[in-house]
Amino acid sequence: MASAVTRLPDDQLFSLSAGYRAEMAAKRRTTIIGIAVILACTVVAGWVAEVDIRKFLANAYRFTDYLGRIFYLDTGKHVFTDVGEWFWGLHKWTKQLLDTLLIAYLGTLFGAIAAFLLCFAASANLATNPAQRFFARRFLEFCRTVPEIVFALIFVVAFGLGPVPGVLAIMIHTLGALGKLFAEVVENIDMKPVEGAIASGATRWQAIRYAVVPQVLSNFASYGLLRFEINVRGASVMGFVGAGGIGQDLIESIRKFYYSDVSAILLLIIATVMIIDMVTERIRHNLLTMDRGRK
Amino acid sequence: MTTPSGKRTFFPDQSAVRQRHAALIAGSPRAKIVTIGVIALMAAVALFALLRLDFSIARLGSGIVQLGTFLSLMVPPTPGTQLMSLLKALAETVAIAFLGTLLAAILSIPMGFLAARNVMANRIVQFLARRFSDSIRGVDTLIWALIWINVVGLGPFAGVLAIMTSDIGSFSKLYSEAIEAVDGKPGEGVVSTGGSKWHAIRFGIVPQVMPVLLSQILYYFESNTRSATIIGIVGAGGIGLYLAEQIRTYEWDQVAFIILMILVTVAVIDFISSRLRLSIVGQRAGSL
Repeated sequence: MASAVTRLPDDQLFSLSAGYRAEMAAKRRTTIIGIAVILACTVVAGWVAEVDIRKFLANAYRFTDYLGRIFYLDTGKHVFTDVGEWFWGLHKWTKQLLDTLLIAYLGTLFGAIAAFLLCFAASANLATNPAQRFFARRFLEFCRTVPEIVFALIFVVAFGLGPVPGVLAIMIHTLGALGKLFAEVVENIDMKPVEGAIASGATRWQAIRYAVVPQVLSNFASYGLLRFEINVRGASVMGFVGAGGIGQDLIESIRKFYYSDVSAILLLIIATVMIIDMVTERIRHNLLTMDRGRK
Repeated sequence: MTTPSGKRTFFPDQSAVRQRHAALIAGSPRAKIVTIGVIALMAAVALFALLRLDFSIARLGSGIVQLGTFLSLMVPPTPGTQLMSLLKALAETVAIAFLGTLLAAILSIPMGFLAARNVMANRIVQFLARRFSDSIRGVDTLIWALIWINVVGLGPFAGVLAIMTSDIGSFSKLYSEAIEAVDGKPGEGVVSTGGSKWHAIRFGIVPQVMPVLLSQILYYFESNTRSATIIGIVGAGGIGLYLAEQIRTYEWDQVAFIILMILVTVAVIDFISSRLRLSIVGQRAGSL
């Protein structure tokens, strides 16, 4: 199939290609400036963070060394030669893992309940006045910006060592994170049912119960499950500051160089996190398809 | 309209309407049982957890009283005598987050391709790459920090490496998902006009994934600033070291000052990164 490609007259072509070249040059300039800025920031950051490439290269072997070392028992044998010895603390660690899961569970549950109560005040379409919305939003922002470990550090002093401060710290952080997500979900609902409920004489909470909650519940549950998954990870290090769970034993075995214990506990944590990932993903998938089926 | 018994009604024959639609008003019994079952199960687990984790009203009460005291001691926040070292530690924190994010963003590129289903023909390699990044993500940044301290010693460099390691897990997953979501047609178009395979990647795939990835990287930079504020607790540099120290010595006014510094820094970075994100995504969307 032979067909002639139409060619524009030269003068038109010239101005078009000049325009194209100018556009490309401008784009390239932006890219180059961007890269230069990133490079400059890198150099400054490297200087501030005391990056020492020589020290890193001289010691880099220790990382793989360390990762290899944790798979050897104190006797010098490989861990797989004696799994019973490797997981000698299995009974104790399972109990601590259970604690960790329960810390994450309680923190997520209480945080989600608090977020549920607050999200309506923080959403643009349901807040009763701008001042209320402003304060609700700032409060949620504060709760999620301060890292949970910082809350845990403070709560350990106030409530004493143990899982209680861990639960409270995770709860506050979850309140901040979920409150924002919940408010966004609420902002995206269809307002007609709400108007209908209010028109037929419903109070604010009745309107929320019968017109808002049915629309948002599956999304809320899905976000809550996602947060639970994140919180399991967070709860695994709560023990670093004395706030309960498996973190206590982990930091102790790292600090005291109980190599094979480190790998055993890490493997247990990774396995738990993966199982929780899989289970919550399954439930979330079902929740979302159930929702679609109803519509 | 009210009936003689004082109940509000909206229809003249409300009771008849109620009777006619009794099944609808009552709802499906199965859904009801499931709802009650789920709530009961969750409450039972919560009760078990409360008992097992030693929650008690007395403990919560005395703790809250204590917290009140701390809060009153937090006003007014003061930097103490170490304002300069606090500012330096804060700069260190931002530097740790920046370098960690940048290194992870670069190092994850090969992992992202290995874990992408439409690029990696070898299922086993793809599966292993996925599980590898899952395992990395299963371990918290603080744990990586402890491990890197063993390698490069105490200090911010260990923090950079810790943020980098835990982000490699997240970025590999993000990259592979972005690559899998790519529309193959632009690449085919490039090839059909005589482009090579590399041309197809450069002009067919990269322009599609770049804006998504850049905005994700910016988002991670912001969240890494938050993580970098705490890795000092285990000795990996940044402001966390001071924060933990002031909490342990009950210098509550200085604790409040440090927390305020962190809040302001995160807010500034949040502002900058959302502006950058908008300009990146907006610019690309405009060029389409």
